Amino acid sequence: MATVSDSVFTGPVLYEGTRIPSPVPSWVQVDPARLEDGNVLEVNFGPNHPSTHGVLRLVVDLDGEEIVGMRAVIGYLHTGFEKSMEQKSWWKAINYPSRIDYLASFQNELLFVLAIEKLLGIEVPPKATWIRMALSELNRIHSHLVWLGTMGLELGVQSLYFYCFDQRERVLDLFEMVTGVRVHGRYCQAGGLAEDIPPGFVADARTFCRGMPKAIDEYEHMTQQNKMWQKRTKGIGVVSAEDAIRLGLSGPNLRGSGVNWDLRKREPYLFYDQIDFEVPVYEHGDSYDRARVRIDEMRQSLRIAEQCLDQIEGMGGEPWIADDRKVVLPPREELHTSMESLIHHFKIVTEGYRVPAGEVYVTIESPRGEQGCYVVSDGGPKPWRVHFRAPSFPTIAAAPTLCQEHLIADLIAISASLDPLMGDSDR
Amino acid sequence: MGFERIPGLIGEIEDRGETTVVVEKERLSEATLYLRDELGFNFLSDIAATDYLGWGGETAGSWGSADGRDLNVPYTLGLDLVPEPKPKRFSLSYHLLALRADPVRVRLQTWLDDGDAVASVVSVWPVADWLEREAYDLMGIVFEGHPNLVRVLMPDDWEGHPLRKDYPIGGEPVRFSGEE
Repeated sequence: MATVSDSVFTGPVLYEGTRIPSPVPSWVQVDPARLEDGNVLEVNFGPNHPSTHGVLRLVVDLDGEEIVGMRAVIGYLHTGFEKSMEQKSWWKAINYPSRIDYLASFQNELLFVLAIEKLLGIEVPPKATWIRMALSELNRIHSHLVWLGTMGLELGVQSLYFYCFDQRERVLDLFEMVTGVRVHGRYCQAGGLAEDIPPGFVADARTFCRGMPKAIDEYEHMTQQNKMWQKRTKGIGVVSAEDAIRLGLSGPNLRGSGVNWDLRKREPYLFYDQIDFEVPVYEHGDSYDRARVRIDEMRQSLRIAEQCLDQIEGMGGEPWIADDRKVVLPPREELHTSMESLIHHFKIVTEGYRVPAGEVYVTIESPRGEQGCYVVSDGGPKPWRVHFRAPSFPTIAAAPTLCQEHLIADLIAISASLDPLMGDSDR
Repeated sequence: MGFERIPGLIGEIEDRGETTVVVEKERLSEATLYLRDELGFNFLSDIAATDYLGWGGETAGSWGSADGRDLNVPYTLGLDLVPEPKPKRFSLSYHLLALRADPVRVRLQTWLDDGDAVASVVSVWPVADWLEREAYDLMGIVFEGHPNLVRVLMPDDWEGHPLRKDYPIGGEPVRFSGEE
C-alpha cells in the first residue's frame, strides 16, 4: 500500500482503510440491493448548472436526498490545446497555456516557458525571475479570490462574492499595468519577459499588499466565524491523506488532509528557496480545512510578493531577458541600425527559434496543485508534443469518493471546496 | 536509487536532470508494483502518450500541406539534424513522484506499436483511471484490465484519436442546418 512518510504527514487517522470505490475509482456505483427498492433516482447535475464551476456534468444517483451513486462526465470544454500547440512555432504556442487554466493564466504560461527554457538550457536574468515570482503569487491570490467568492455564492454567503471581486479587480489592474491586458497577458518569453515592468508598478503592488491583509481578515470573519459556513463545511467531504495521494489530489486539497507538500518548498523552482514563507497545513481533510488552507495561503502569497518587490526595487536598470539572439527578439531600436538584428528578428518571427531535441517534464505549484507540462521536441521550430498535467483532472475524478453517503446539498459544498476548473481539466 | 533491479528494465537515461527508466511493455505491471512498493513512488503525477509517426521526416496532419509537417522537415527551413529514431511508434510516459521528505521523480517509459495493448495500472495508482482514459481517447492506446475504458474528453461517438499525427487538421466536415 502506498504510504506517507512521517516527516511529510502528521495528523490523526481520519478513517481506516480506503474509501475509493472499486472497481472504477472515479465511479461510485449503486448497490444493486438498493436499486431493487425502486427508490433510487438518477439525476443529471449539470452540464449547465450555476454551481458547477463551468460545464461539469455530475450523474448522481439519489435515494431521497442521499447520494448513493455518482460519476463525473467532463469534456464539454475540450478545445484541443495540446493538438493546436503542435501546429504553432514555440513562441506562438506560449499563447495557449494561459487559456487552459484561465484563473492561473500567468502560472500556466510560466510553466510552458520553463519547459522551453529547460530544453534550451538558457539562463534567465535574476530580475526576470523575481518579477515572475511576484506575478505568480499575485496570480495565486487572484485565483483564490475567485474560488472563495464563488464558494461563498454556493453556500449562501452571497456578500462574500462582492468583497472578493473587489480585491480581484485590484490584482487584475496590476496585471493590466504590466502586460496590457487583464487575464491572458502572454508576458513570459523564453529567456525572460516580453518587456520590463512599467514605472510605478512596485508602488501600486505595495499598496495592494498593504490593503489585502485587512480584506483577508474580513473573509475569515465572513467564513470561519459564520455558523452557516461552518455547518456546511465541517466534517463534510472527508478524505484521508493516503486516499488523497492515491487519487492524485495535490495542492491545497492535499494540504487540507494534513500532508505538508508544497512544490515551492519541497522541489523549489525560480527563487522560492531564497525567501521566507510558511506552508499552511490543516489535518481534518474536510471542506472547511481545504478552505482554510487557501485563505491562509493568500497571506503567505502576500509575504512572498512583498519580498519579491523588495528585490525588484533595487534592480532598476538590470536586464529582464537573456541576451541570446538565436532565441530572444533583438531590441526594437536596433532594427533601424543593424542588419544582423533585422535578420534575427525576421527569422524568429517568421520561422521561430529551434529548440534542441529532447523531452522534459516540469512541474510548478499552481493555485490548484501540481501543474505539470511534458514537452517533446524534435529539434525544430515547433513542439512535437505538449501535454499538460492539469490538477483539476484528478480532482474531478476524486469527487465521487468524497461525496458518497453525503446529501445532495453537500455535493455543492464539496465540489466547491475542491476548486476544480473545467478549462484546466478539459484542455 | 535501485532502478537497476526494476523488472523488465531496458535502459536508464539521464537527460537535463531527469531520469527516464525504459521497461518492456509486457512487464509493465511488475515494474510499476516494484516502483511503488520497493522504491516508494506513491504518487502518479501524469501519464503522457506521444505519437512518433513521421519523427524526423514528413508528417501528415499539418497546416500548409496535405502530407507534410512543413516547418520541421529536415534540411529545409527546419531541423538541422535528423533526430535519433525511436524504437516504436508510441511512447507512454508515466511521471512518478516519491512523495516524501526527500522527493524523487522518475519517468517510467514504455514503447508500443499501433494496436498493441498495455496493462492498466488503475489497481496500482487509482488516479490512473482517468489518465488512461485520456490516453485511450486522444491517442488510441488500449489498456488491458481497465475497468471502464471509455472516452473522457471527446464525445462518446467520436471517431478517431485526435492527438495522433495522422489525424487530419482542418478537415472537419461542417454540418449545415437543413442538411440531412
